[in-house]
Amino acid sequence: MFKYILKRLFISLLTILVLVTIVFILVRLMPGDPFSSDKLTPEIRLNLERYYGFDKPLIIQYITYIKNLLIGDFGYSMKYVNQSVNSIIADSFPYSFDLGMRGLSISISLGIVLGLIAALNRGKSLDYVSIIIAIIGTSVPDFIIGGLLQYFFGIKWGMFPVAQYKGLEYTVLPSIALGFYTLAMVSRLMRASMLEVVQQDYIKTAKSKGISKFRITYKHQIRNAIMPVVTVLGPTVASVLTGTFVIESIFAIPGMGKYYVQSVQNLDYTLILGMTVFYGAFLVIANMIVDILYGMIDPRIRIAGR
Amino acid sequence: MDKILEVKDLNFSFKTYGGIVKSVRGVSFDVNEGEIIGIVGESGCGKSVTAQCIVRLNPEPPGYFEGGSIKYKGKEITSMSDNEMRNIRGVEIGFIFQDPMTSLNPTMKVGKQIEELFVQRKIYSKQQLKEKAINILKLVGISDAERRYKQYPHELSGGMKQRVMIAIALVGNPSVIIADEPTTSLDVTIEAQILDLLKDLQKKLKTSVILITHDLGVIAKMCDRVLVMYGGKIVEKGLVDDIFYNTKHPYTSGLLCSIASLETSKEEELQPIEGTPPDLFSPPIGCPFAARCEYAMDICYKAMPPEYTITNEHATLCWLEHEFANHVVFPCKRILKEEA
Amino acid sequence: MEKFTDLNYIDIKLFNTVGKNTTQMEAISRPNLTYWKDAWRRIKQNKAAFIGLIIIVIYVFFAVFGPMMNNYDYTAVNSSKMNQFVSSDHWFGTDELGRDLWTRVWRGARVSLTIGFLSTILNTIIGGLVGGISGYYGGTLDLFLMRFIDILYGIPYLIVSILVMVVLGPGMSSLIIAMVIVGWIGTARFVRGEVLRIKEQDFVAAAKVLGVSDMEIIIKHIIPNIMGLIITNLTMAVPRAIFNEAFLSYIGLGISPPECSWGILAKSGIKMLRIYPYQLFIPSFFICTTMLALNLLGDGMRDALDPRLRGTE
Repeated sequence: MFKYILKRLFISLLTILVLVTIVFILVRLMPGDPFSSDKLTPEIRLNLERYYGFDKPLIIQYITYIKNLLIGDFGYSMKYVNQSVNSIIADSFPYSFDLGMRGLSISISLGIVLGLIAALNRGKSLDYVSIIIAIIGTSVPDFIIGGLLQYFFGIKWGMFPVAQYKGLEYTVLPSIALGFYTLAMVSRLMRASMLEVVQQDYIKTAKSKGISKFRITYKHQIRNAIMPVVTVLGPTVASVLTGTFVIESIFAIPGMGKYYVQSVQNLDYTLILGMTVFYGAFLVIANMIVDILYGMIDPRIRIAGR
Repeated sequence: MDKILEVKDLNFSFKTYGGIVKSVRGVSFDVNEGEIIGIVGESGCGKSVTAQCIVRLNPEPPGYFEGGSIKYKGKEITSMSDNEMRNIRGVEIGFIFQDPMTSLNPTMKVGKQIEELFVQRKIYSKQQLKEKAINILKLVGISDAERRYKQYPHELSGGMKQRVMIAIALVGNPSVIIADEPTTSLDVTIEAQILDLLKDLQKKLKTSVILITHDLGVIAKMCDRVLVMYGGKIVEKGLVDDIFYNTKHPYTSGLLCSIASLETSKEEELQPIEGTPPDLFSPPIGCPFAARCEYAMDICYKAMPPEYTITNEHATLCWLEHEFANHVVFPCKRILKEEA
Repeated sequence: MEKFTDLNYIDIKLFNTVGKNTTQMEAISRPNLTYWKDAWRRIKQNKAAFIGLIIIVIYVFFAVFGPMMNNYDYTAVNSSKMNQFVSSDHWFGTDELGRDLWTRVWRGARVSLTIGFLSTILNTIIGGLVGGISGYYGGTLDLFLMRFIDILYGIPYLIVSILVMVVLGPGMSSLIIAMVIVGWIGTARFVRGEVLRIKEQDFVAAAKVLGVSDMEIIIKHIIPNIMGLIITNLTMAVPRAIFNEAFLSYIGLGISPPECSWGILAKSGIKMLRIYPYQLFIPSFFICTTMLALNLLGDGMRDALDPRLRGTE
């Protein structure tokens, strides 16, 4: 198990390094530069470039950047004067994290429950209701869900605020908009997985022992059916987090997504780099945790990794 | 001897997309206390469905009883509720499945899977449960039972898994054990060990065993009485000696001719039964075996033969026993019994 | 059958030995179907998938001919006709610049569908080739490729496409390139896994023993066995690609105005939501129904093409 974790950790670190490199190169390849729009005198411009180290060869810039990264320094933003990337992330990340966690927990817990209900009532009306919810969920992009929720629950019926993020009632609509797609996906997966498990031979064995239906469902069916759902948690975290980009802009939430999109439009090199690396590292680590978690739940993997 | 299980005119069908499959068509037999009864036949002949009917393990729906009765110690099984069935399964009738690789829950420890039978019955304390599980593991010949108790199925070999399956079937101390092809997915040396184990345990515990197999060798080695099934019907039944030495059905004879024995000389060719079993979507009106039977007569295609009784125990479902039919002596008689 | 019940009345002639009936003994009452015939039959039987297919065909038709059905140009601004609701003049109304929404919706469909299909097809071809070669030939090449892919796979997809979009600038071809650069990796992984699975099966070993060449094994055994899964995967990936296009356009990186796509339409719809909600509802309807149709079709294809599900209903 320890060896398995170590191996996962190594791959994750390598992935982050590759990510940093790719992003570094891509950012330098971007057309234009952050100072071009500001009508600066050539002198100031040169000073600025020297300040950010653009006059040095690319490889030196890269090494400097990695060195700073290792001590957790993302550098200074080029557009937000005198703000370090670290402080921008520190200010905005809590919003995104809070929103993301709400979206994620709603979608995973409700998704599993919905899939369960559907599978246990296969072919009955509850099953069809959950299938319809799942199909709608996977067919409607999050910005449309966001827009529709805003229109009906916010503007038309006035039940919830449609912008900002200042309290529980503010979080309801964006969390639903963010989690709906994942909820649908998880419920589909859970349903399919439950229906597959119920056909397995070991369910028949359990039945032959004369234990109750409830115990068979609870101890044998659900436990095995939930495995595939755990494996998609990693990609799910990724899709929920990238979803925050759009949801934050629709609901005017001052999270990282908003800054990210702005930094891309402003060509704020250091901010793009810093945020991408932060996002990427966060996702890579989330993925790793999910993998390790999976290894702990599934006894077959636990042994193989030993 | 007392009859512990009486199956009468059992009919079981499945509703499928393509139509109704009549898997079991009028099967009757009894199981006596302490005997081993074998059911033999090709895949798809209805032997597994018949066995699973006894503990109601066939999925219902799409499966359903079309008629007949199954009486366990005088109690009717076909009309029992789920709760009543729970008091039969495991404690009265144990079941050993065909494929030990897939029949154990991969995410549950072996010991827990054995104990599970009692968990809801609340007879034993936790400590007693563990003792019972370990004792039964020892009984089925698993060495190092304490360690195995805590392991997951994938850490055991195939033969060991089947031993665990047998332990699960035995732990409730049932009066009848149904073993559905218990050795089909194991290799030959392990097969012999498992069969010996089963026979030993049966003698020790005095349970009745219904052994389902497609292997006449296994029947010869293990059973007291045999049912030969074909096309959802029992075409011949009798004591093992009747079946091997006084074969009265061309299908049984065909089965005997298609296996090799020590007596088979090098030049002799094994004779397979040509053709495929009938499609049970639309079973033929006559004898299901007629199309593959070299002795088939006109009547065989037109009407189902009645059951002809040869001796008290021996009966066959074949028109050849009718007084108008030519007398036929089946050519193949292997000396399997002694070999086994 | 009744007349035989009384055994005394049976005609002795019925006891002539006639022997085996060779036609009946091999009789199989179910028809013999090839893989593709069977798959087509299943798709047709699956109503949801068939409706999905019909919706896609209809939308493709309108994406090609829709913009020509009236006299408006999708870029033509008309300041006297801003934000008009649905009318006989403007079938889907007009937007905040007075542009005809019918024309824009179908123009957008053309862009979105092209990007969706083209990028997934390219993904499948590149990923399929890399994954297939890597899986079939194995060895050091495979080891190297898979380590490489393992590392790339961990990198969040959309973030890389965002950056690539910034580098390449807005436009349809940049969008396709951005999606293919990251998209092929998933396909390669999946195809490699499938090829490995098939390659290790006994029928391939049997073919090898018989001296069949590598090329023939690939064409006759490997490809037919994974084709169904690849096609299913492709169908499922199209809605995701459309989704991503809409996302990138939504955050201002995909298609740049005056060109339009469904993502752009949804974005301007959300801007006008408080006053003119139809500007969001109409494009949303088409985006959602397309996704729905593709998802239903994909589900149907999966059920129809999965060889393991053959023969079951």
